[in-house]
Amino acid sequence: MKQLSTKVTSNAHGQDSSYFLGWEEYEKNPYDETKNPNGIIQMGLAENQLCFDLIETWLAKNPDAAGLKKDGQSIFKELALFQDYHGLPEFKKALAEFMEEIRGNRVTFDPTKIVLAAGSTSANETLMFCLAEPGDAFLLPTPYYPGFDRDLKWRTGAEIVPIHCSSSNGFQITESALQQAYQQAQKLDLKVKGVLVTNPSNPLGTMLTKRELNLLVDFITSKNIHLISDEIYSGTVFGFEQFVSVMDVLKDKKLENSEVSKRVHVVYSLSKDLGLPGFRVGAIYSNDEMVVSAATKMSSFGLVSSQTQYLLSALLSDKKFTGTYLNENQKRLKIRQKQLVSGLEAAGVTCLKSNAGLFCWVDMRHLLDTNTFEAELELWKKIVYEVKLNISPGSSCHCTEPGWFRVCFANMSEETLDLAMKRLKEYVESTDSSRMISKSSHERIRSLRKRTVSNWVFRVSWTDRVPDER
Amino acid sequence: MVALAAEKQDRNLLSRIAAGDGHGENSSYFDGWKAYEENPFHPIERPDGVIQMGLAENQLCGDLMRKWVLEHPEASICTAEGVNHFSDIAIFQDYHGLPEFRQAVAKFMEKTRNNRVKFDPDRIVMSGGATGAHETVAFCLANPGDGFLVPTPYYPGFDRDLRWRTGVNLVPVTCQSSNGFKITVEALEAAYQSARESNIPVKGLLITNPSNPLGTTLDRECLKSLVNFTNDKGIHLIADEIYAATTFGQSEFISVAEVIEDIPDCNRDLIHIVYSLSKDMGLPGLRVGIVYSYNNRVVNIARKMSSFGLVSSQTQHLIAKMLSDEDFVDEFIRESKLRLAARHAELTTGLDGLGIGWLKAEAGLFLWMDLRNLLKTATFDSETELWRVIVHKVKLNVSPGGSFHCHEPGWFRVCFANMDHKTMETALERIRVFTRQLEQENLNRTKPMAATKKKKCWQSSLRLSFNDTRRFEDGFFSPHSPVPPSPLVRAQT
Repeated sequence: MKQLSTKVTSNAHGQDSSYFLGWEEYEKNPYDETKNPNGIIQMGLAENQLCFDLIETWLAKNPDAAGLKKDGQSIFKELALFQDYHGLPEFKKALAEFMEEIRGNRVTFDPTKIVLAAGSTSANETLMFCLAEPGDAFLLPTPYYPGFDRDLKWRTGAEIVPIHCSSSNGFQITESALQQAYQQAQKLDLKVKGVLVTNPSNPLGTMLTKRELNLLVDFITSKNIHLISDEIYSGTVFGFEQFVSVMDVLKDKKLENSEVSKRVHVVYSLSKDLGLPGFRVGAIYSNDEMVVSAATKMSSFGLVSSQTQYLLSALLSDKKFTGTYLNENQKRLKIRQKQLVSGLEAAGVTCLKSNAGLFCWVDMRHLLDTNTFEAELELWKKIVYEVKLNISPGSSCHCTEPGWFRVCFANMSEETLDLAMKRLKEYVESTDSSRMISKSSHERIRSLRKRTVSNWVFRVSWTDRVPDER
Repeated sequence: MVALAAEKQDRNLLSRIAAGDGHGENSSYFDGWKAYEENPFHPIERPDGVIQMGLAENQLCGDLMRKWVLEHPEASICTAEGVNHFSDIAIFQDYHGLPEFRQAVAKFMEKTRNNRVKFDPDRIVMSGGATGAHETVAFCLANPGDGFLVPTPYYPGFDRDLRWRTGVNLVPVTCQSSNGFKITVEALEAAYQSARESNIPVKGLLITNPSNPLGTTLDRECLKSLVNFTNDKGIHLIADEIYAATTFGQSEFISVAEVIEDIPDCNRDLIHIVYSLSKDMGLPGLRVGIVYSYNNRVVNIARKMSSFGLVSSQTQHLIAKMLSDEDFVDEFIRESKLRLAARHAELTTGLDGLGIGWLKAEAGLFLWMDLRNLLKTATFDSETELWRVIVHKVKLNVSPGGSFHCHEPGWFRVCFANMDHKTMETALERIRVFTRQLEQENLNRTKPMAATKKKKCWQSSLRLSFNDTRRFEDGFFSPHSPVPPSPLVRAQT
């Protein structure tokens, strides 16, 4: 196939995996309360569908924004012509203030340091093009969002080297894991350009602790590399603890205008916090002028539609709305997460303690026949075909331990979630309780060793239809 | 020294792509934009400002567009009439795009080709404008180091879109004014050989039809020869047809889609079209780009790549409704052509009256103006000098042919669809004054003046001081920056 590029002929987009099965099955047989009550319930989609009513109410009260008008006059013509890659100034200002509000107004964001992108998918790829050469590596803690394999590596030629995190400490990043990953990259002859973390984490739903954030900042300082903090779930924190951004840590360490601060970049998006993935609104925030300048030019390949910028600048400029929204969003997410956690508990299933995100990181290790990824795949198939729940297996997120699954809760109604939990409970009760196999640590280590480094680029569970799902 | 060292250190922390000039925006041609930005023309506030004639935008039918949007609140997902669609559309991020959007775009593409050919909605792939579409096509068809043949003169943005992040080369196919800049097989062969000699594997030929900057359209015979040339060589043919609906007058647009119907053994896996609504509909801000490929594999992969530049679902919904309104679309296309023809005629009549030549063409949003006889010498240096005079003294930001990689100096692209009638009149008046001054200069030169030094044609009273050597990093081509004349931005300052 010499007529096409290697990007076409290889499968580096990651969408040919056998895990595609779950999505395919869902598409063939999607659950519908009335039309298809026995269909598969989609729990693999990290979408926030809980607060549309708040936005719709706002739209009804704001006819100018809704009608692309200013002071009652249509500005459609002007918007139609607006393609300035610096973006609509009032939109970037409103976005910066929204990001500040999410962080309790403890840190400031300068609108001129924001670069708009077509979703965080585009933002992450653009940052890679700016910071890495083909063959350079970024270190990522596992488990991580499967889409990174495409977004960070596909067209850029960059590599990902995992920082192995384990359940023994709640999947937190340790110094030794960081160092190990760095050394592994060197062994593979890969130049490490930086670390990329997702905070709050997808798929874990946990926030990075101050300890971890400090560790990361110290690490990139000593190695003179970049830190990308993907904070697209920052507005989904619903626990008692506040969200601590890497920007907070820079401030605490008095590094705000330092050399290091120029190597810390934040990625944001309105897809999760506001539940607007269709609008394709992503952003890069960087203190490095050259990164901002280069990324701005690159944003030509994926600008945000001017009508979308205008609508959202009005929405986010309404501080009464944003305050109410963030509050209500948190409340509803908390209730829905609790519903999932209780439902799981009733089925004898626990999950990682979490207080953010649109999903839970569920522990089904006790349901595996053996402590292997083959067993995880078997269990996953059963859950898809028999229990009729499409959930995401941990190996698709590069988890090093089999038996963990990501289960989403914010993309369905309460009743649907109830039903999903009922189905799971029935399944667990119907299987032999002696399935609980005691795993010797010897067996665990043996199965872990099977996973050589070359195996960590797993095929991911993608469908041909919804690739931007996180 | 410390600052330089710090900057060097900074550059080392960035990729070569980011630290280099591959974006093409460090060219000195941005002086024109800078002059415009510093002193933009306004009929009342700045009557002596620089008139922007370097922006290929279609602003002539904005009123029709605005009227339709006001009359169709259901096309918005935000109004009372359309808000019941809000949540479904807001969560829709499927890279296949809304089916109704693809169907409407396919229908529109058919209409702009006079319904002589059909387009399959399932082959329509979204991209971030034509800018995103071109980059995606390059990523799909070529590896770093490969090359595309591109007839000159060509849109400067291609240097960025096709090369910057992809590592692909552009190999110029030289077209000459002697035959109206037509693409000849000889020129194609010469370029192909030249690429081979430079060890650049040629992967395809990129044509823009109608042409930017020429405004000409390719006739059926020429298109056939291009299809045959590329098929014979086993290379791709990419047809950028973003100006398809901007033909007016006697000119007829023939798409490559039509031509391949007449070539039964054509290898369609090598045929691809780039399209957009930015020019035909005058909607560059909405970022609607399309990759249309006859190659299934390319459709599949380009669709996956479209994740990096999907069209906002809010926009897809609006466009789907708008382009499904066939009466509106028919009226819009008809009216647009009439207005383009009228504005073109206004400009060309004015130029004819001044003895200024232009390439005969009836498409696009611009004119390819011939100022070769005003050059001191037939060199690009001379062209640049003349250009600076036009920008700084005549106060018209036109685009010099050299920026389009034109083989011959002295040609300038002049846009006419991004201004109103009064502004066009003002521009023509300035050109009139300029040419009169030149005539006067020439007359003065022919009078016997013993001690006077022989003065060059236009330089005497129009001499400039070129003190300003600041570089201007912002966009010369779309998408670009900044756009202070936009009231959306001005309101903030």
